[in-house]
Amino acid sequence: MSKVRVLVGTHKGAFILTSDGKRKNWEVSEPLFAGWEIYHMKGSPADPNRIYASQTSGWFGQIIQRSSDGGKSWETPGGEKTPTPGEFPSGASNKFVYDVSAQTGKPLTTHQWYDGTQHPWEFKRVWHLEPSLTDPDTVYAGVEDAALFKSTNGAQTWQELAGLRGHGTGSKWGPGAGGMGLHSILLDAKNPQRMYIAISAAGSFRTDDGGTTWKPINKGLRSNYIPDPEAEIGHCVHHIALHQSRPDVVFMQKHWDVMRTDNAGDQWTEVSGNLPTDFGFVIDVHAHEPETIYVVPIKSDGHHFPIDGKLQVYRSRTGGNEWEPLTKGLPQRDCYVNVLRDAMAIDSLDSCGVYFGTTGGQVYCSSDSGDTWTPIVENLPAVFSVEVQTLP
Amino acid sequence: MIRVVLPAHLRTLARVDGEVQVEVDGEATIGSVLDALEDRYPVLRGTIRDHVTRERRAFLRYFVCAEDWSLEPPGKLLPEAVVTGAEPVFVIGAIAGG
Repeated sequence: MSKVRVLVGTHKGAFILTSDGKRKNWEVSEPLFAGWEIYHMKGSPADPNRIYASQTSGWFGQIIQRSSDGGKSWETPGGEKTPTPGEFPSGASNKFVYDVSAQTGKPLTTHQWYDGTQHPWEFKRVWHLEPSLTDPDTVYAGVEDAALFKSTNGAQTWQELAGLRGHGTGSKWGPGAGGMGLHSILLDAKNPQRMYIAISAAGSFRTDDGGTTWKPINKGLRSNYIPDPEAEIGHCVHHIALHQSRPDVVFMQKHWDVMRTDNAGDQWTEVSGNLPTDFGFVIDVHAHEPETIYVVPIKSDGHHFPIDGKLQVYRSRTGGNEWEPLTKGLPQRDCYVNVLRDAMAIDSLDSCGVYFGTTGGQVYCSSDSGDTWTPIVENLPAVFSVEVQTLP
Repeated sequence: MIRVVLPAHLRTLARVDGEVQVEVDGEATIGSVLDALEDRYPVLRGTIRDHVTRERRAFLRYFVCAEDWSLEPPGKLLPEAVVTGAEPVFVIGAIAGG
């Protein structure tokens, strides 16, 4: 019988939740990396035993953890002395250095600060790790201050894909309230040269040449909180998602507005429809129905909790515009948690499972595509991220 | 051997219990002690000092013989008591977060 492994990153450590395909009975691991912020954990689609984790601390900076046995044991790649000196630079798995080489053209050194002045680019942490669809040793990292890094040796060393920051609009990028993070990385199974990323607060971008060159893809977005609401750059995109069967169709939860594109980002259309509020962070797509999407509406950017204390997932089976609330099993009073941008995940079992975590430390599971929900755990530290692996 | 006391999270990361001891080539300074520490425990690179600038991370401090050495030049010679192992070098995390 198939199994699922849910990878949960929290404010004070990581947790691995496992169950069989029924998703009724769960085992909850002891905290991993206890006391550290775990922004994100994700398994390799090419080898589910390979998992990467971003471990961070305001005191000690960035650490990258890697497991090759499904999370039973962990290592910091290059953290141990290598048997062959010089094989890899030791202790470099947490070394994220912005590319300022002449070969990349005009290295970018400043972006827009909150007050409109220019500010130096400073590495702070890894927000998101996206393993390659085909190679367990290749992984991408989206970082704050916003940039994209790539490793081809299992996270032992990292190189920036500098064409993103250097393509020309970087000086106009600015931080959102949570910092200037590159938080979403979407790979295209049909076209390995194509990739989408999104940055708060700059917008979304696409490469069609494997990450060498990039272009902004923000036409159709409208953000009333920036001087030119329809500017090419400056939109606070919160998350993007796609279904691998139709990689030209991308869904977006923006700061306000739920959007979709049917032409790989060349034009976006609002699909907020009848949502009670179109502010939110997460968005995800059903495993088997490419037009079925999920969001968690949040009251406003000034509140960061659900409307009227009712935690509701909204589902659209029409790719947006027409939405239905999903409430069975979710608290419908006195609930004032948030669901952060990387804290929803979808498994690929026949009866599609949907998972999300809250800043109140709950992780909820629906094993019937969202119709009903049950908490897997209710008292974790604030949940930053949720990913799920569907295992044979 | 020079003794170094690390914050608990860095001891966990380096998989050591209690204080660690490092051997320094040449003169014993904060800089050479941290070089030796990072050489022996590569996982600590970037966690105490920046990878590139080698600057101390903002929320960490160095204490030697009950004195704050955080702002001393990294090449300043450490006291004899540290060189002989009578006193350790402390790397201490700032109290923050409530």
